[in-house]
Amino acid sequence: MQRRAVFNNKFLPYLFVLPQLVITLVFFIWPAYKALNMSFFMEDAFGLSREFIGLQNFATLFADDYYLHSLRTTLVFSLLTMLMSMGVSLLMAVMADSVIKGSTIYKTFIIWPYAVAPPLAGILWLFMFHPGCGVIAYALQGMGYEWNHLLNGNQAMALVVIAAAWKQISYNFLFFLAGLQAIPHSLVEAAAIDGAGPSRRFWTIIFPLLSPTTFFLMVVNVIYAFFDTFGIIHAVTQGGPAKATETLIYKVFNDGFIGLDFGGSAAQSVILMIIVCTLTVLQFRYVERRVNY
Amino acid sequence: MVERKGLRKIFSHLVLIFGVALVVTPIYVALVASTHDASDLLGRLPLWFGSHGSDNYSAILGTRLQEMGIASVGRQMFNSLVMAMGITVGKIIISLMAAYAIVFFRFPFRNLCFWMIFLTLMLPVEVRIVPTYEVVANLNMLDSYWGLTIPLIASATATFLFRQFFMTIPEELADAARIDGAGPVRFFFDVVLPLSRTNIAALFVILFIYGWNQYLWPLLVTTDENMYTVVMGRQRLVAVVDTEPEWNLIMATAVLAMLPPVAVVVGMQRLFVKGLVETEK
Repeated sequence: MQRRAVFNNKFLPYLFVLPQLVITLVFFIWPAYKALNMSFFMEDAFGLSREFIGLQNFATLFADDYYLHSLRTTLVFSLLTMLMSMGVSLLMAVMADSVIKGSTIYKTFIIWPYAVAPPLAGILWLFMFHPGCGVIAYALQGMGYEWNHLLNGNQAMALVVIAAAWKQISYNFLFFLAGLQAIPHSLVEAAAIDGAGPSRRFWTIIFPLLSPTTFFLMVVNVIYAFFDTFGIIHAVTQGGPAKATETLIYKVFNDGFIGLDFGGSAAQSVILMIIVCTLTVLQFRYVERRVNY
Repeated sequence: MVERKGLRKIFSHLVLIFGVALVVTPIYVALVASTHDASDLLGRLPLWFGSHGSDNYSAILGTRLQEMGIASVGRQMFNSLVMAMGITVGKIIISLMAAYAIVFFRFPFRNLCFWMIFLTLMLPVEVRIVPTYEVVANLNMLDSYWGLTIPLIASATATFLFRQFFMTIPEELADAARIDGAGPVRFFFDVVLPLSRTNIAALFVILFIYGWNQYLWPLLVTTDENMYTVVMGRQRLVAVVDTEPEWNLIMATAVLAMLPPVAVVVGMQRLFVKGLVETEK
């Protein structure tokens, strides 16, 4: 930022930032302000009258068992998705780092899911777990396990977690692999000469050196699970059965567009904005992202 | 390494092959299902490709869906393409311009501009859907390509990436250009733009996937079947055929819907990885 002005022009720089600023103001700042504003009012469904009620919308939310349930659901969903996706990716990245032949081919296959839209990822897994015609559901039933995610909330949660984790494997894999490749080989070799076995080497040298990547990915995965998985849930379970998979984003959509409770939905939006802000600041401030690249 | 690695190598390959199988299976199953007749899929799924592939694909690309009251998948693919390209090109252009102004000029409110752009990072469309929808409705942009693209165009990440890159361009280059009589606009087109080529290409790959895969936003702003994008049109297809799930058609649509972004990622793997690691989100 400490670079001196290269060009002097009174008017040109404004022209250059104008398009971005206009779009930011109209579609980002203004709606965010509106959400904040709306969250303090109670409005009827037709928008004919509104009444200032202060923090009432927020108080209602936090007294609402459905909202608290949704908050809990989101946390469980994010945690499971993060653990599952990062675990599988780390294992595969460690293996891909140790082989020389064929690692490009493996990589080519592993990056596919990144390109698949969340609702499509959802539908692919839904098809495999479909109680009527799914391969995996069929296999599970063959083993005597009754699978029906349309009735069983835990199974529905498992299904959306699997689809969400699958989609995120590519991203985690690429970052873990980049992190692993940046670890100096000499360190690992020295430990091997001192007699440390593969698993000891991993846990005492590689894993600690990888921690900046791991922390960065944890934040990114939580953001992903919170905000980018709407499509999966909408396509697979619609928040059901009995709200077992209703995450916060899905609830904002559902209350705002289906339930037409604008004040409540706006209050939920404001809470979500606070969550994103916290996570983004965390990502920029406290997570040393650039280490190890 | 000091130890023998033969056995561990084999083990690594086995784990990787298992992992790849896990990753590819859903896509394989979709491909297989899209080549069978609907009745073959009830009960037990066949493991190999069937002979109804061309029937299924011509059904969804032809008039079959129109009879069910949905725009054909061809039309939806076109809409998706327009939306993805609009978002991608739009984002790249406005980010290039904004980053250029912020790096190469000193002007009042420069920091304010920068922070306002930074704010957009914290406001993904998902968290402010109701008010943004209202704005778009008031501007009469529902059911139009403008409504599908413009609200998603502002992007802090792209602006940051370009800003970061512009700051590595040596000042001497700009000084030399100025002494030679080149103005800011000339310098932008003759020096900065050619230097940014790789960055633009890498960003293009990431943004194209982002644009193509949008779901919630098209779901809100389009009610006209002819404006549906293929990623969200599929949801409508499931709803229509709910009584008698024609999974072969659903899967054929899914295959077509993921074809362009998958082709981009696999075909431009190197640029994709660069873009992903550099935008870091």
